[in-house]
Amino acid sequence: MNSADLYAFLPFIILGIASVVVMLGISVYRNHAVTNLLTLLGLVLSGLALALVANWIPRQVTPLFIADRYSFFYTGLILGATFFTALLSYGYLEKLGGQREEFYLLLILAALGSSALVASSHFASFFLGLEVLSISLYGMIAYPRRGAADIEAGIKYLVLAALSSAFLLFGMALVYAKTGTMEFGPVASKAGELSGSPVFLAGLALIIVGLGFKLAVVPFHMWTPDVYEGAPAPVTGFIATVSKGAVFALLLRYFSGLQPASNPPLFLVFAVIAASSMFVGNLLALLQRNIKRMLAYSSIAHLGYLLVAFLAGGPFRVSAVTYYLVAYFITTLGSFGVITVLSSRSGDADDIGLYEGLSLRRPWIAAIFTAMLFSLAGIPMTAGFMAKYYVLLAGVGSALWFLVIILVVNSAIGLFYYLRIIVAMYKKPEGDTPHGAGAGETIPASGGFVLAVLVLLLLWLGIYPSPLIEMIRGLL
Amino acid sequence: MILVWFIIIPLLGGALAWLLGRRSSGLARWVSLLSLVVEQVMIIVIWLRYYQSSPSPGSWFLDMQWVWIPQLGISFHLAMDGLSLLMMALTVFLGIMSVAISWTEIRERVGFFHLNLLFILAGISGVFLSLDLFLFYFFWELMLVPMYFLISIWGHENRVYAALKFFIFTQLSGLLMLISILGLYFVHAHTTGVYTFDYLRLLGTSMSPVASFWLMIGFFIAFAVKLPVVPVHTWLPDAHTEAPTAGSVVLAGLLLKTGAYGLIRFLIPLFPHAAHSLVPAAFILGVAGILYGALLAFAQHDLKRLVAYTSISHMGFVLLGIFAWNELGLQGAVMQMLCHGISTGALFMLVGALQERIHTRDMNVMGGLWQKIPRMGAVVLFFALASLGLPGLGNFVAEFLVLLGSYKVNVALTSMAVTGLIFATIYSLWIVQRVFHGELKKKWTVADLNIRETTLMVFLIISLVWLGLYPQPVFDTAKPALTGLREAAVMTVQGATGPAATDKSGGNPDLKGDGR
Repeated sequence: MNSADLYAFLPFIILGIASVVVMLGISVYRNHAVTNLLTLLGLVLSGLALALVANWIPRQVTPLFIADRYSFFYTGLILGATFFTALLSYGYLEKLGGQREEFYLLLILAALGSSALVASSHFASFFLGLEVLSISLYGMIAYPRRGAADIEAGIKYLVLAALSSAFLLFGMALVYAKTGTMEFGPVASKAGELSGSPVFLAGLALIIVGLGFKLAVVPFHMWTPDVYEGAPAPVTGFIATVSKGAVFALLLRYFSGLQPASNPPLFLVFAVIAASSMFVGNLLALLQRNIKRMLAYSSIAHLGYLLVAFLAGGPFRVSAVTYYLVAYFITTLGSFGVITVLSSRSGDADDIGLYEGLSLRRPWIAAIFTAMLFSLAGIPMTAGFMAKYYVLLAGVGSALWFLVIILVVNSAIGLFYYLRIIVAMYKKPEGDTPHGAGAGETIPASGGFVLAVLVLLLLWLGIYPSPLIEMIRGLL
Repeated sequence: MILVWFIIIPLLGGALAWLLGRRSSGLARWVSLLSLVVEQVMIIVIWLRYYQSSPSPGSWFLDMQWVWIPQLGISFHLAMDGLSLLMMALTVFLGIMSVAISWTEIRERVGFFHLNLLFILAGISGVFLSLDLFLFYFFWELMLVPMYFLISIWGHENRVYAALKFFIFTQLSGLLMLISILGLYFVHAHTTGVYTFDYLRLLGTSMSPVASFWLMIGFFIAFAVKLPVVPVHTWLPDAHTEAPTAGSVVLAGLLLKTGAYGLIRFLIPLFPHAAHSLVPAAFILGVAGILYGALLAFAQHDLKRLVAYTSISHMGFVLLGIFAWNELGLQGAVMQMLCHGISTGALFMLVGALQERIHTRDMNVMGGLWQKIPRMGAVVLFFALASLGLPGLGNFVAEFLVLLGSYKVNVALTSMAVTGLIFATIYSLWIVQRVFHGELKKKWTVADLNIRETTLMVFLIISLVWLGLYPQPVFDTAKPALTGLREAAVMTVQGATGPAATDKSGGNPDLKGDGR
């Protein structure tokens, strides 16, 4: 490792330093606002470093990490999402009271873990990144300790994440036994000759199971609704975006080497996962009255849509997945952001009944939530529309007719529950609803700022997506 | 450049109405009205200039193209020929009517109402003007959302259900069209190497008959749902009945026309071969729609629902005229689009005005209202006569031309379609009979049409009489565009025979592998 390597690795190093600084800061002077500012500063510096060292990439930093446009782009995305989560959490934790500062420590560590994940090129760094991310998340999920639900969600995530890590490790061991290497590149290049080997295939299958848990695709989705419901709203947004997005970015990079499109068994596995995720996610979302659970199922379905683009071959695959992920990040953060700013000390605003008449109490918040939900449903002028369009483009371009039709049908099913929330918000409530979301509570300024920025990004990507498309073309 | 203002003005007007509407409802109404009047003036000026310019077939009177998403071959391409000009004129005209008729009906969230109304108009204008298939789809979807809000917030009793049904039907069918658009994009790229969504470049794309057929079906479903064609019409009676008056006017007058416009502008010119094979089916569906809509209209006692079913019947004629694809049929279809927009729009406005006064749409409790509100009775009678196709009014010209055109294609089905006119006579007169004649069933205290409503009706009556007595300007306006489209479609039939024939021998005519 020489100085150029270190230089290219600067964004990640800064994140590591930021976590130490925040930890020391807390021990010296415990103050919520200061800790929050330090966290934001660390994230911004790391983001600036991404731009600063852009000339040093692409570069392999030790066998463990690769710093290239792809990993930098996704690191930027993760940093952005973490930045917004930190801002949203500030208002949320401020209302909550208690010891709030350590939350940011966990948040930075989670960002570091997921950045390491997208930059990893070796099983060891992959696993380290994943564990740093997961362990931070256990703490973040159970952080408020308001009641049994938080703890339950934390424990549930702990048990299932540990289990999936075990699957992953075992899979890696089997693949290593067969290929003799833990670096992704050589593993992928040997995959062709080993595709008949049961041990290798078993290893691959176990890795898919482990990743499937993290992505919460069917049939590995069971934990999602409970964890989404129990976790504090900003953390739910973080899990839905950063944790899933980082794992998907890794999947996209390394399973591209295995070429699922031209490998029938692998293709079939992913196609079945995609189709069942879309159906199960959307159909179960129809039954929910709790908005966090509904969004949990909806995110399962969205991962299914993403897998359609993932399975498509051709020039549009990487850009379609990346575009979709960016849109999904913005939309999901925005949706959970709305829930966050409407939540109060006693609990999160997650019952659909609380949203009745929101458009009369809080017209702007209702308008923003409407935009986010329309984006999830894929309505024009929102980022979600372009994203869905891009996925369909990739799917039709590879003649994946079956999956494309399933996607279309599921988009229609999805409308039912997105519109249900919208109808509730624009409904005139019978009598006055003193308990309705947003009644009496003040909206934290930081949260309002995040929502405004996110909705502008949403509209920008929906109306003029050209700059982003230019940026993500040829990432891989 | 001027074309983009037809999108921007309603968007800005709507946004402004929303912001001002929080202060004063009156301001919101005036801003909306003013922005539409500006558009109307623009349309009239353009029309006069167009009329003097004697355009050649297939040429574009106004054309503008901006780079939008060059990476995917998408551009912001708007253009106007005679056909889009007529449709735009109808859009703006009925837009003004909808704003004016809602003046007293809508009292809640007035600003947001006008935002939605004007956004729908912007979306519809976009549909009538786009020449890029992505842009077309963009506007096609865009107009649904505000319409959904219009129905689900300001609608009647069963509004949430109706709005949801409307949204799901149109969204799902729209997505099927999107798949077809993407398929066409890749087929075109496969044969020419150019990735583009531009309509003018996609015209005449050579493809195998199988591919052409399936791509055409995607478009057809989307347009058939909007038109609506009979098996996929079920959203229409609910949506029309539950929508507020302005919503019904826009739905019947404009939204249905986007389906017909899509058939004329996109489906047949892009897939002339496949469309030709669809002619018998389309004729049967058209006749079925005419008869089925008329028959169901009899069964209604909800006045608004009755008018909604007559729309299905009238739009059947449009389908016949379009698929006849000869000059008479097409001119008739365009004429029918205009006249149906005006006459059904007027009927919905009258039903809305009546409901605002007596708070019911149930014809069983009406009757004998002529004594109370003679002016409204006379106006309803006029539009009922228009709807049944009385000579001298626009609808007669339209249906007559459609039947002449379709007679050349299929005598038997055309004769069956004619019976639809008889049904139309019965249900139209029935409306007048049951609402205005007979015993007065309740002691209604109702006011007759006020000055605002009367003025609107006068405008509508004048335009319908004009279309009935002197339709030549409309024919002249539409003719170059329609001739151009017909020539383009015929030319592609000839042009495509060569490659299509070789494709058959070349084996795999499937879409697979494109874009890899």
